[in-house]
Amino acid sequence: MKTGLKKKDWLLILIILCVAGLTVLAHTYIGGRGANKVVVKVDGVIQGTYSLSEDGRIEINDGTNVIEISNGKADMIEADCPDQLCVNQKAVSRNHENIICLPNKVVVEVESVEESEYDAVTN
Amino acid sequence: MKNRVAYFGVFTALALIFSYIETLIPVNFGIYGVKLGLANLIIVVALYKIGIGEAFLLSVVRVVLSGFLFGNYFSIIYSLAGGMLSLAVMSLLKRSGGFSVMGVSIAGGVFHNIGQLIVAMLVVETFSVIYYVPVLLTAGMLAGLVIGIAANGMLRRLKGLKM
Repeated sequence: MKTGLKKKDWLLILIILCVAGLTVLAHTYIGGRGANKVVVKVDGVIQGTYSLSEDGRIEINDGTNVIEISNGKADMIEADCPDQLCVNQKAVSRNHENIICLPNKVVVEVESVEESEYDAVTN
Repeated sequence: MKNRVAYFGVFTALALIFSYIETLIPVNFGIYGVKLGLANLIIVVALYKIGIGEAFLLSVVRVVLSGFLFGNYFSIIYSLAGGMLSLAVMSLLKRSGGFSVMGVSIAGGVFHNIGQLIVAMLVVETFSVIYYVPVLLTAGMLAGLVIGIAANGMLRRLKGLKM
């Protein structure tokens, strides 16, 4: 099928996709700063929100999972599931980074406090 | 030559109708700001058929009128920023040559979103909206491509139209 797209058109599409990809990368490495709390969800229900600046251990789900917060990072240190994938995952600290323990349906996600006020304005 | 005013009126009416149709389509892609931009079809056709100056005027008239009819103060500012930047880039690409209608329209779609994003950044006074850039770029590109294909077909059928 002849698309009618010229060489420069394809180049344009390529550039746009590259820029989009780069901003994704930039966001993962730079834009994540300013995150200061961690949200713990079990089966989609928020169990608690904890500040990343306060060190401590948090038992989730009556002790099936334990996360530890230290140095502004949250890490899963214990889980009773067989694969231990979430325990092996590195500690999270950047915005929208998360640790997920699928067997226990536990999601630990980093968030920033000032989020979720844009929708009201832009709409 | 004296037909231009009449054609301009027809184009304005068409752009307004497309804006209206757009509000009727309950397409919600889950992300704010992602839509097809049907009215841009008319702007692209006007850019090729009448000229850059008229396309700019048409864009402003379209945005202000549809803003009063279907939107609000905010939507006028957002659309105006997006529309102007988009049209500026489209006329540059068209003049530089080597791009098809689709290519010009793709750039238009992308920069429409970039213009709106800049306004959003100024309004919210934060760079966190940057988070939306990849989504808006890709969405703008796809919408621009669809509009470009439609505009291409429309221009082919309008070949006999002498402005």
